[in-house]
Amino acid sequence: MAEPTDPATAWTLAVARRLRADGVVVTAGQVLACVRGLRLLDAATDAPLRRRVGRVTLVSDPAGLAAFDRLGDLAGPPPRPLPPVAVPSRPDAGGLDAAVDRPGAPAAPDASLVAGRHASARERLRTRRFDALGPGERAAVQRALAELRVTTPRRRSRRRRPSRRGELDLGRSLDRAVAGLGEVIDPVLRAPDLRRRPLVVVLDVSGSMAPAARALLGFALAARRTAGGRDRAAVEVFAFGSRLTRLTRLLDRRDPDAALVAAASAVVDWDGGTRIGASLDALVREHGPRGVLRGAVVVVCSDGLERGDPALLGRAAGALRRRCHRLIWVTPLAGDDAFAPTQRGLAAALAHVDVLLPGHDLASVEELARAVGRAVAPAPRRAYAP
Amino acid sequence: MSGAGAGATGSGANGAGGAPRDPAALAAALADRAYLADDGLATALHLALHLGRPLLLEGDAGVGKTEAAKALASVLGAELVRLQCHEGIDRSQALYAWDHARQLLHLRVTEASGDDPDEASLYAERFLLERPLLRALRGGRAVVLLIDEVDRADEEFEAFLLEVLSDFQVSIPELGTVRADEPPVVVLTSNRSRELSDALKRRCLYHWIDLPDAEREARIVALRAPDVPADVVGLVTEVVARLRALDLYKPPGPAETVDWARVLASLDGGASTGASAGAGAGAGTGTGTGANTDPGARDRRLGLLAEALGVVVKDHEDLERVRAALGPHLGG
Repeated sequence: MAEPTDPATAWTLAVARRLRADGVVVTAGQVLACVRGLRLLDAATDAPLRRRVGRVTLVSDPAGLAAFDRLGDLAGPPPRPLPPVAVPSRPDAGGLDAAVDRPGAPAAPDASLVAGRHASARERLRTRRFDALGPGERAAVQRALAELRVTTPRRRSRRRRPSRRGELDLGRSLDRAVAGLGEVIDPVLRAPDLRRRPLVVVLDVSGSMAPAARALLGFALAARRTAGGRDRAAVEVFAFGSRLTRLTRLLDRRDPDAALVAAASAVVDWDGGTRIGASLDALVREHGPRGVLRGAVVVVCSDGLERGDPALLGRAAGALRRRCHRLIWVTPLAGDDAFAPTQRGLAAALAHVDVLLPGHDLASVEELARAVGRAVAPAPRRAYAP
Repeated sequence: MSGAGAGATGSGANGAGGAPRDPAALAAALADRAYLADDGLATALHLALHLGRPLLLEGDAGVGKTEAAKALASVLGAELVRLQCHEGIDRSQALYAWDHARQLLHLRVTEASGDDPDEASLYAERFLLERPLLRALRGGRAVVLLIDEVDRADEEFEAFLLEVLSDFQVSIPELGTVRADEPPVVVLTSNRSRELSDALKRRCLYHWIDLPDAEREARIVALRAPDVPADVVGLVTEVVARLRALDLYKPPGPAETVDWARVLASLDGGASTGASAGAGAGAGTGTGTGANTDPGARDRRLGLLAEALGVVVKDHEDLERVRAALGPHLGG
């Protein structure tokens, strides 16, 4: 190891420390590469050059680049430590964080659960509105969601797998023939592999939507768990209020409760007003080109109460629809018998939606799981059409 | 299978052989190959040459990720070995395979001549099909390995790739271990269709190629399409900059700008201003729209660009947005 007085090492370590303080993972190998690069170019005291070396060696994605660029004047004194990020918590019926039952915290016994017989309590829970749940019921709902099986339809992949029927796999067949000294006794067949379609869940987490958003986050976690293995990565989750945030990476944590808390702290714009159109537009622009939407089943959960321009929402919903396999819109409002999509935003979006579903209770989320898995989209529910 | 080997048929003049001394020299050498690298990219490529680490290039489609690797190979006088990734790619397509048909033929011939089939002769070098990774390991320093669109490969393949890029050696059961004496220069590109694994990303140097500004883009077009008159280049890059400001779903990349400039030059063809075409290769081409004295020429060219709008804007909604913002003749 180099001695700390060496300017290249000192600078690199200082920058790495500040990047890490900003949440960027910097490995020892990357630090080493930076120091070697600085020495190679004799750049330790050349501010613009060493900045370029640091940018190339210490970070490994656009988020890291942004963090690096935020560092500003790297020669200056280290910044004061930031105060811990306060997650705005709302009184009840509010943020995701408020609703998580922390392990160890005694759950308030809920009269309706204790009193009734078990089966009927479950049944009652299925049709209990999310926004009217007691704390104990919330935990029960999350447990029920955790057991949900959510699978998207399959599609044929370019990859081929050995199969009992299909086309001849010449390579493998000849390989066997060589092993058998030249006799083709046992031809090997192969057929296209089947993969699950990607699932993209987009959650409106503005105040009134929080109970449903929480449930659908549980739904997304269930989808990730059901998919497992290589299809796991094909479940993406985004949240929006006044802007769009990608939650997928936060969901990789083991503990779903921790994931909920992490999600809550990632989406900090609780009170910014809901800009659905702008958020869906950002989804198409920023994540569409990466192929996140291609061939995907997209579930948008929002009540359609748009703060911005309803026309933009209509355009964004259309752009989204044209880039994915199927667009499902979930709104808790549809749980009311008297529901009609009179919200201007929702009406604008509905023209592009394949399926409109309520998302106000457990039973409706189960219906959503079935809708997601259906190979062919049912005809749009014209009853709701504007 | 081992990719398009763009040999070192550089345009002579530049000192061939040996890597340029520093990033600035590398950038100059790349510019001689009609590739303009900014300071950041030149530094990144230079470090990739000297630190023995792969370089991961990301950026919007058409910004020149693949071209960077090709130009680098040309500067080094190295062979470009390209591994194009796709869904379902596996070791036998990336590393090596045995030529079964020839092996069988060999067996038959051996049998026919009454000899005992000998397994060792069956797995001789001449039956080995070398794929890009093996070729790169054997070529060592004489090779630039381009692993293109690595995000399209499956995750299992990525893990295998990480193994190869860490040790620069592989073992082939029938032949033994192949090790690169000196690791080849490795450039990976990704379109971010999915996140790459953290392990692979951290193993690499990283650079994001930005869209160029109008002035740089004019120089790129002048280098890539030296036949296009300077005032055409200026007009096209000016309009492209305006298109990018429109917040399109799919903003045009430099590759498309070059195409558009070529299209305009050929549509505009014989009509007027043939004069400036000859000396167009000069590097410092400014955005000289004023160079052309004919006031009608600009409008005529804008009209031609509008007709060929599909060269740069390839999305229906974007087309409508452009027409709404700039008018049918792009004059606005």
